[in-house]
Amino acid sequence: MSAPRRPTDPSGLERYYVLTGGRSGPGGSASSLDVATLVVSRTAPLPGMQHEYEEIVRRCRDPLSVAELTAHLGLPFNILAVLLADLLDAGRIEARDPIPAHHSGRGPDLALLQEVLSGLERL
Amino acid sequence: MDLKGFDHPGDPGAGGTRSVKVMIAGGFGTGKTTMVRSVSDIKPLTTEETLTQATVGVDNLIGVADKSETTVSLDFGKISLNESLMLYLFGTPGQERFWFLWNGLFKGALGAIVLVDTRRLASSFRAIEEMERQNVPFVIALNVFPDCKEHPIEEIRDALDISPHTPIVACDARDRASSRDVLIALISHLKERSAVALEPR
Repeated sequence: MSAPRRPTDPSGLERYYVLTGGRSGPGGSASSLDVATLVVSRTAPLPGMQHEYEEIVRRCRDPLSVAELTAHLGLPFNILAVLLADLLDAGRIEARDPIPAHHSGRGPDLALLQEVLSGLERL
Repeated sequence: MDLKGFDHPGDPGAGGTRSVKVMIAGGFGTGKTTMVRSVSDIKPLTTEETLTQATVGVDNLIGVADKSETTVSLDFGKISLNESLMLYLFGTPGQERFWFLWNGLFKGALGAIVLVDTRRLASSFRAIEEMERQNVPFVIALNVFPDCKEHPIEEIRDALDISPHTPIVACDARDRASSRDVLIALISHLKERSAVALEPR
């Protein structure tokens, strides 16, 4: 006997449309989100939160990158970014962008590069 | 640093964790995913992006005109450099035309490793051009496949038209230590560039 089918393909575009209320990409505050941006929760999940929001907040008790979140939640980057923008606006999470490579037009900070190098040499 | 109002500098604990990213580029089948796998602390993950029909039309994909959805994936891994610094490694999709899908994939990257299969040098031309166009500092890593002949590095530099300032190293992408050494070569290269930039003119 086959398992009951969901009315729509759960990985399909309909699901993304419902999740984001039809928004196609993050605006304003979250438009600079990067795949390596770290997300950290500022609150515990609230009762009655939409499932995906709750899962983001729960998974990000420790900092997790946007890329890891997309993989764990099975959502494309642009859809996840819309949800993260909502949580950022509501103050439920913090986002920390990767340390920029170009600091005021120069290359990356030498101290940072040395820290990366020391970490790699310990591997 | 632009903290965009979401961050609380000085927050103790987990909030202090920072990230840096390095891109692994190169032609199809040059070993990008293999390198991510060999050097990552976590089981490598994949993030997927779906192109809808509308996007496909705009992007004019040869050979996929009949598909309403196309999935493009980005493999990535992570290395904990210390308690508060994470290095994320992203193996870029071989089809460079999809790089736009991830919000400025190379923006904010420290630099890139461009993998080259010495049997098929041409397959990495596009990736090299793209790094130069986007002004991303990079090193070339010759992934030494078991059946390749020895290739003198300077010959390959000429063939790929690589600047004398860009390091070329040989590696075995399957080997963790060898992949790590390529990362070390990249970061050392970045340090030299930064040191030069800091010198008074």
